[in-house]
Amino acid sequence: MSPDSTVAIGLLLPDVLGTYSDTGNATILAQRLRWRGIPAEILTITARDIPPTSCSVYLLGGGEDTAQLFAADWLRRHPELGLAMETSAVTLAVCAGLQILGQSMTDTRGKHYPGLELLDITTAPGRQRSVGEVISTCAIPGVGSLTGFENHRGITTLNPGTAALGRVISGTGNGTSEPGTRHRTEGVLTERIIGTYLHGPVLARNPALADHILHKITGQTLAPLELPDQAALRATYL
Amino acid sequence: MVVRTSGVSPAALSPPGRRRLGWWTRVAVRAGLVTAGLSRGLGLGAGSIIGGRVTLVLDRQALRRLATGRRVVVVSGTNGKTTTSHLVAAAVRTAGPVAHNAGGSNMADGAVAALAEAPDAEYAVLEVDELHVAAVAQAVDPAVVVLLNLTRDQLDRATEVGAIASALGRALADHPGTVVVANADDPMVVSAATAAPGATRTVWVAAGASWLGDATTCPRCGCTLTFTASRWECECGLARPTPDWWIDGGKACSADAVLPLDIQLPGQVNLSNATMALAAAQAVGVSVDRAALALREVDVVAGRYAVVHRGSQDLRLLLAKNPAGWAGMSSMLGEPRPLLIIINAREADGRDTSWLWDVNFEQFTCRQVVASGERAADLGVRLSYAGLEHQTVPDPLTALATLPAGQVDVVANYTAFHQFRRRLGREQKVTR
Ligand SMILES: [Zn+2]
Repeated sequence: MSPDSTVAIGLLLPDVLGTYSDTGNATILAQRLRWRGIPAEILTITARDIPPTSCSVYLLGGGEDTAQLFAADWLRRHPELGLAMETSAVTLAVCAGLQILGQSMTDTRGKHYPGLELLDITTAPGRQRSVGEVISTCAIPGVGSLTGFENHRGITTLNPGTAALGRVISGTGNGTSEPGTRHRTEGVLTERIIGTYLHGPVLARNPALADHILHKITGQTLAPLELPDQAALRATYL
Repeated sequence: MVVRTSGVSPAALSPPGRRRLGWWTRVAVRAGLVTAGLSRGLGLGAGSIIGGRVTLVLDRQALRRLATGRRVVVVSGTNGKTTTSHLVAAAVRTAGPVAHNAGGSNMADGAVAALAEAPDAEYAVLEVDELHVAAVAQAVDPAVVVLLNLTRDQLDRATEVGAIASALGRALADHPGTVVVANADDPMVVSAATAAPGATRTVWVAAGASWLGDATTCPRCGCTLTFTASRWECECGLARPTPDWWIDGGKACSADAVLPLDIQLPGQVNLSNATMALAAAQAVGVSVDRAALALREVDVVAGRYAVVHRGSQDLRLLLAKNPAGWAGMSSMLGEPRPLLIIINAREADGRDTSWLWDVNFEQFTCRQVVASGERAADLGVRLSYAGLEHQTVPDPLTALATLPAGQVDVVANYTAFHQFRRRLGREQKVTR
């Protein structure tokens, strides 16, 4: 992108996947751009809209089970959006949003549902819900520790060749380990997609992850930002 | 006007009270009351929870036995239960003594304590947590269940709103004689209340929905709902029912009544709560004309809406614990007074502070704001991203000192509110 053009942030289906306040991630990305003098706009894309394919970043949040299946179905009906996520944009997908981008999802009754197949992962229900704080070490250089609040029942298996977003220090995360190791994984990391179980929203608690995304989409080295309460917030959880 | 619906005709009601309880239940109740008294005497709190718990441990059927023969109104929903139960209790008290868990302890133990403390009350008004309605209803066989709204609250309790709505629907289906007073504007409530069609009589109230963040998709089929100015509907057939009660120009209206509300409690959301209360009072057989007058006397509800004079400041105390609560409260905040916000994340608040991101803090840009409480930093970061210049002072009393003399709005979530009230202590004068 050119430095003076407005960065478009596509907030996907906040009307469907808005349960866990992950829409806050859009505000955070937009504000962190504006504070550095880069104009940004949030495009709210509801289930009634034809999704634009030109956004620099797409955000998918967490939601309840019926909403998740509705969202997966909606995304399948807009393959041009999936293509944009695969080829041109950066996507942050949280919780239910992460699961629907995988190969398949299984519900608590054992029924399988197809995913968008953008990520080589599968998700099945665990024995019980994982609810609570998570700390992980992020695989992205320079991002450091990630903090967030998980609330899900999904056990997500990463197929060979798919990297995790981080290693779990405490909490559940994906509920699976790296093959042949005891390193428990959290989330998924590909060239264009960051998937995680962390709410909070995740970018409010982890500004370095937000700036990693912004660096990817702007190509710019961004000046550091000091929010007054940020250090205290991270100290609360880390 | 009078609707008799509980399945128990008034003539069949024997006077409730101790003498119908078995000796063991009497022992259990006595033990609970003594424990509650001790707890209060030691300054450990209102005592009702521990007292009720003791009674229930000794007699697991105590709730059913204590409720027998009374006309019980259960008030539930995510927001406004405490306020609405106070309004319902005031309305029903015009017809006779009422047992009421006024302190807001809204599980089975709180209900037991309220009933034990008022053994001769013919009526009971029980605020019940939305996750506990099925268990309490099973025991008390309510004449009326009031369903205010169902939105997200304490997500970490690991139950999703849709699941709560279905559980409520099943609970109501088990009580075909119960009248349900339900908010027609809340799709989750409508889905719950219509889960057992024909079995339950429903009185629909156009009580409004200040926040639909959890209800833009159909609770029944998952499709997106269509909203127009006065209606909502889904292609699966779930739609806003025609209301039996509605609000018009500050008056509660039904097909055969127009009642000026003139209540002291602030905000549109309390006009809705008052109308729900009138519908509930009517359903339990109380004259709505007298009930409407009684609602005007309610001013402070478990400390909420109180104005406390402290030093040079007049603090208006408000409680909001989730995005819907904040949305409903916005109409009470009015002129841009300085604002102290206190946020905790204890068990009773929900450990997850994500919900702060669904509160429209952007609307407070012209106020002086201080972020406080055990999660002041979470709130502070949220306020920065909302574009609010603010101070962050974790200790609420220290935070007050940074604000000017005069009127201050204090908004806190659940445990923060109660801690703050305790710390204000007794020397402060409640001016209303
Ligand atoms: Zn539907």
